[in-house]
Amino acid sequence: MLSDPLFLSALLAGALFATAAAPLGAFVVWRRMAYFGEALAHATLLGVGVGLMLHLAPQTAVPPIMVGVALLFALLERQAGVPADTLLAILAHGSLALGMVLLAWGGGVRLDLVGWLFGDILAIGERDLLLVGGLCAVVLGSLVVLWRGLLSAAASEELALIEGVPVAALRTGFVVLLALAVAIGMRIVGLLLVMALLVVPVATVRPFVRGPEAMAAAAVLAGIGSVFCGLWLAFRFDLPAGPAIALVSVLVFGSSQLLARFRGAATGGAR
Amino acid sequence: MSLRLGGTVVLDGVDLVVRRGEIVTLIGPNGAGKTSLVRVLLGILPPTTGEVRRAPDVVVGYAPQRLELDPFLPMTARRFLALAGRFPKIRLVAALREVGLEDAAERQVRALSGGEFRRLLLARALLRDPDLLVLDEPFAGVDVEGQAAFAALVAELRRRRRCGILLVSHDLHLVLSASDRVVCLDRRLCCVGRPLDVAADPAFRRFFGAAAVDALAPFVHRHGRPDREENERC
Repeated sequence: MLSDPLFLSALLAGALFATAAAPLGAFVVWRRMAYFGEALAHATLLGVGVGLMLHLAPQTAVPPIMVGVALLFALLERQAGVPADTLLAILAHGSLALGMVLLAWGGGVRLDLVGWLFGDILAIGERDLLLVGGLCAVVLGSLVVLWRGLLSAAASEELALIEGVPVAALRTGFVVLLALAVAIGMRIVGLLLVMALLVVPVATVRPFVRGPEAMAAAAVLAGIGSVFCGLWLAFRFDLPAGPAIALVSVLVFGSSQLLARFRGAATGGAR
Repeated sequence: MSLRLGGTVVLDGVDLVVRRGEIVTLIGPNGAGKTSLVRVLLGILPPTTGEVRRAPDVVVGYAPQRLELDPFLPMTARRFLALAGRFPKIRLVAALREVGLEDAAERQVRALSGGEFRRLLLARALLRDPDLLVLDEPFAGVDVEGQAAFAALVAELRRRRRCGILLVSHDLHLVLSASDRVVCLDRRLCCVGRPLDVAADPAFRRFFGAAAVDALAPFVHRHGRPDREENERC
């Protein structure tokens, strides 16, 4: 299986995505933006629909369209009057529905809808791999550059602001990175599962780390491990790859929680 | 300076000066706009009318009333300090020593006690060598012993660093023992002056209850200092 080029390119794409998704996911968790990410993920179908209307190939059209959608969401979210989570639910479902309508209108329903919803990692060819790799490098590189400011704002926006961190600009920058990640991840595990690879590995490693950088690094390993095991299961037992990867990551999370509890009980007993 | 938030007047015609080397305490009932005033002074909220003037190059250090680190954000006390900027390790250690937390450097922030966390916030504010130190309710969630130690630390910092200190507190005891000037706020300034004079002010008595103030009287006399300040009525 390891010599199968299909398996290898899928593994490479998945591992690249997991590497960018885990540190980004850490900030999603710290900033409590999982629901914002979920709304963006739903909106990727709108990205596909708009791309179709503009006669653009989805893999190239979706990332820039998603950046626009994300900025719009971030702007709308700050408007007073409707609670943020309610507004995000409205935006998520509104854009999913509109995306589906546009797809039907453009004749795109005949496109592989299940592929959009649950990912089509095996369909990622050489050219796509370059795009995925390039976008992941952009996301990861930006995170490294913005790390200190983002971390300070995640701990306390108020203190960060007083200490001269450009909090508002960073918030916008983060939303753009999240939009790019969701656009990439949709190809890999699908729009319904993309947030799993951002959030689950981070939650998995929480009990075992003492610092934010260690948490991001450990989450990268957990994410890549889930991608590898998920893909292996998918090839071995002919399972859908995206759901297999997400399922493995959730199972790893469950085991890590049990392990942490067991360890806690063991050290607690020793005291 | 005045501030409106969502159509409500939060602060009305407030005028406040904090000078270098002086401890000013802001007191007032809940909802008096104490924290809003602090946020305006810090530049987080723009005033609706009026302005905030600072001497050029003034560095402000701020320890907020509330800050809860996300349970999923693992962080040691020293790492938390380092969020304030690019400081050499030796300065981080020195800041922790200054507030008596040198042994807690590698402990998780969420495992610190209320008093230790207050001191960590103070250390982060001190790291920037502030000319003005703003401490919002520094005694909240701290036991009595810790409160006295913290008040002594604040007085010591003023002596050593010669910075201005603005304390926000509702605790009369600590206010009256520690500060040079007390500003009583209830959306408008109701009285300003030396701790002893403010305590005797009818407006102050109205807010805090005569009984509470009288109970403090012996304490006040021990600490009240006969110095320059005049007692202004607004």
